[in-house]
Amino acid sequence: MKITLKVWRQKDKNSKGAFKTYPIDDVSQDMSFLEMIDVLNESLVKKGEEPIAFDHDCREGICGMCSLYINGRPHGPLQTTTCQLHMRSFKDGETITVEPWRAKPFPIVKDLVVDRSSFDRIQQAGGYVSVNTGGVPDANEIPIPKRIADEAFDSATCIGCGACVAACKNASAMLFVSAKVSQFAMLPQGQVERKTRVEKMVAQMDEEGFGACTNTKACEAECPKEIKITNIARMNREYFAAMMSSTNV
Amino acid sequence: MKLESKIPEGPLGEKWTKHKFNLKLVNPANKRKYDVIVVGTGLAGASAAASLAELGYNVKAFCFQDSPRRAHSIAAQGGINAAKNYQNDGDSVYRLFYDTIKGGDYRSREGNVHRLAEVSVNIIDQCVAQGVPFAREYGGLLSNRSFGGAQVSRTFYARGQTGQQLLLGAYSALNRQIANGKVEMHNRTEMLDLVMVDGKARGIITRHLITGKIEAHSAHAVLVCTGGYGNVFFLSTNAKGSNVTAAWRAHKKGAFFGNPCFTQIHPTCIPVSGDHQSKLTLMSESLRNDGRVWVPKNAKPGLKAMEAAGIPESERDYFLERKYPSFGNLVPRDVASRNAKYVCDEGRGVGSGLAVFLDFADAIKRDGEKTIEAKYGNLFDMYKQITGDNPYKGPMMIYPAVHYTMGGLWVDYNLMTNVPGLYALGEANFSDHGANRLGASALMQGLADGYFVIPYTIGDYLAGMSYEKISTDRPEFKEAMENVNGRVGKLLGIKGKKTVDQLHRELGLTMWDYCGMSRTEEGLKTAKKKIQELRAEFWENVNVVGGSGELNQELEKAGRVADFMELGELMVDDALNRSESCGGHFREESQTPEGEAKRKDDEFSYVSAWEYKGDNQQEVLHKEELIFENVKLTQRSYK
Ligand SMILES: Cc1cc2nc3c(=O)[nH]c(=O)nc-3n(C[C@H](O)[C@H](O)[C@H](O)COP(=O)(O)OP(=O)(O)OC[C@H]3O[C@@H](n4cnc5c(N)ncnc54)[C@H](O)[C@@H]3O)c2cc1C
Ligand code: SF4
Ligand code: FES
Repeated sequence: MKITLKVWRQKDKNSKGAFKTYPIDDVSQDMSFLEMIDVLNESLVKKGEEPIAFDHDCREGICGMCSLYINGRPHGPLQTTTCQLHMRSFKDGETITVEPWRAKPFPIVKDLVVDRSSFDRIQQAGGYVSVNTGGVPDANEIPIPKRIADEAFDSATCIGCGACVAACKNASAMLFVSAKVSQFAMLPQGQVERKTRVEKMVAQMDEEGFGACTNTKACEAECPKEIKITNIARMNREYFAAMMSSTNV
Repeated sequence: MKLESKIPEGPLGEKWTKHKFNLKLVNPANKRKYDVIVVGTGLAGASAAASLAELGYNVKAFCFQDSPRRAHSIAAQGGINAAKNYQNDGDSVYRLFYDTIKGGDYRSREGNVHRLAEVSVNIIDQCVAQGVPFAREYGGLLSNRSFGGAQVSRTFYARGQTGQQLLLGAYSALNRQIANGKVEMHNRTEMLDLVMVDGKARGIITRHLITGKIEAHSAHAVLVCTGGYGNVFFLSTNAKGSNVTAAWRAHKKGAFFGNPCFTQIHPTCIPVSGDHQSKLTLMSESLRNDGRVWVPKNAKPGLKAMEAAGIPESERDYFLERKYPSFGNLVPRDVASRNAKYVCDEGRGVGSGLAVFLDFADAIKRDGEKTIEAKYGNLFDMYKQITGDNPYKGPMMIYPAVHYTMGGLWVDYNLMTNVPGLYALGEANFSDHGANRLGASALMQGLADGYFVIPYTIGDYLAGMSYEKISTDRPEFKEAMENVNGRVGKLLGIKGKKTVDQLHRELGLTMWDYCGMSRTEEGLKTAKKKIQELRAEFWENVNVVGGSGELNQELEKAGRVADFMELGELMVDDALNRSESCGGHFREESQTPEGEAKRKDDEFSYVSAWEYKGDNQQEVLHKEELIFENVKLTQRSYK
């Protein structure tokens, strides 16, 4: 098939970017979206031009490294990661627009690569149970009802890709943050630090400049791991409960 | 030079306990006077960095991704072994030890493997305490499954995302120490050289992947936790960025490379779909519990999955069931892989010719589509998404792919390489899996190394070091920085005609053809020559566009491929030297009358440890004899 790619090119953080158009003639339906860019990039290198920079690593939909805003949607037309998207999801002759995630807390590094270190800093603020290595009880001394364990697992599957932020008109990170808060709020291991955790993570989220949640649900619709918006409701409850009673922060 | 494995004396079950007692300790108040560099923050590196920081050491950690949470450990699906015996089915530390030694085809150390089995139980406790959501039973206790042909259920899992959940656990422990200021984390930073001072590892040289800045870092010890080197084959189940660079540069600074030719090839991967193929995707091994593997008896080139139903039973060859009546489709990974290759070599492959069917029609007829969907739904969906074919309607197509590398930097019982102060952990070392790794044992080993071995053993070394920090202004650092800068400049200056990927693909093909599932002396000699030629071509004809002071992904790739070009030859040398078959290493010259791998224990009961001798020089082989005091060596049989 033939494809026309309209790609955002930007030299670095401080330069001004612009779209550049590339026609590609020999696209196979079986290619993944990233393989299609690989093919384009290889042809650019052969011409001595700089290839398009984009983030990726596992190419299995699990590391959360790939991004791309494709035809106005994070990770493209399917509810999956960009690396799991294949060209058979597009039509012969189609023009595809590819942009980086657009959100203030995710500054553009180059072309399609953005800086998501704000996500790490939110996790560093409290996304853990404070246990040192060694000296912990036997694993089966902490029984957890299967239903709770399964629900906590659902929240824990977030891959930290940032599609939720890219999808949101307010650039809110609530879905991402609430997934971690929920995982620990549900599990017995998370109880001791339950209040301080949500307070610290929310404070860091605000400090990074992520926007407020106005319940448009765009995040849930685009999340490749189907993280549910109910996590946000839970985080709000956790947060207010903590603010009412906590003396920790 | 005699290699000291430092395996403690005494009965197997007491070695580690006694060793821990005999190791020197660093006083709690003095730990903060020592700096430790941890390169790589996958399961091995993140667990080590967090644990060492908790003890009080100052840690500097590095990874090339934009966050430690993205290391390739994240992609592990199946699970993690531990000798908990929660299922009361006869498991024990000794049984896990025994299975691992046997599974590795008697090419690993008894002492190391027993320690691994001992600490396996602590890993599960640790991960649960961190809040890792393992699968559970209705009564609230942990669930287990049997994995990779094991006869007991000792595998702990978190749906098909065990690696992800374990890594996020280790990442959370690491984050806590970053927040505490005990770990200084450097993301998007690649180690490009090791710095030696007075014969000891004292630092590293890095390149920041966004700014291109080359920097020096000094410390009292360096840990290489940078994963496996399967990407030497270009196509593998590893992540695109997985590489050998850190380990290889350490090798060139004197660290021996252990058993480089031991590679694991996984039988159930999605076949290559065209020249554009950039990596291969693993489909969980559990599929072989219900899927039947077959090809047509007579070659039918280009046969599609949707045409399979039209082939009558009498014209199908269920070759694993035919050759191995008792194990059938559940033979070990290497046996299943090799037999798929044989039928495709005979021209009986389906699809592109490099694929065999994995057929669920009988299972669906027997159990109903609902049951099969409940068991494998997510895998079937993934298969459909990637190939466009519906596995409920026709068979899957699968083909073997490179998956794991048992070889790696040679380490002693303390996980120290032969270079003082340089350690290797996780897939980057050669230590515990011998010639073949059992399913669900890599996650176990990575976390054992990081949480429960290095925190003890590193103290023994550091206790003998002065607190004095070393300045990166010293000539050793300056020289290493110059070398790194020179190499970057050289790569950018060649301006040849071939892309990095083109050359990498050619290398991969050579490795796959001659040093893959099945190896011969003649083929390996051909490969050696081809790799040498390719390496020469690389340094004359590669085209790396862009500059050095910016994000330049072509430059990153070029540096890694240059190292693969050297490693590839060493793998071939090692495979040539080991003229026996064992585990994943199959030399056609050494097989039983039934065509199975035949070990030569009298000649090859040793670890190969290779010493670098300079660019384009033949490496020198050192042998560490393997001593078996507890297990009897037997020939594997799956008939
Ligand atoms: C698809 C797949 C499925 C698997 N499933 C299982 C399973 O079910 N059970 C099991 O036990 N094992 C499984 N394995 C194997 C297992 O996942 C790996 O062996 C293990 O996770 C490796 O961990 P590691 O910490 O050694 O390395 P990795 O997780 O690969 O981490 C390497 C780290 O090193 C860093 N790094 C690399 N090079 C450099 C450099 N030059 N400079 C700086 N940093 C660098 C990376 O950024 C990363 O942080 C699977 C492997 C694959 C590929
Ligand atoms: S919540 Fe979903 S979209 Fe947001 S970072 Fe996690 S996986 Fe990505
Ligand atoms: S590259 Fe890892 S999720 Fe897409």
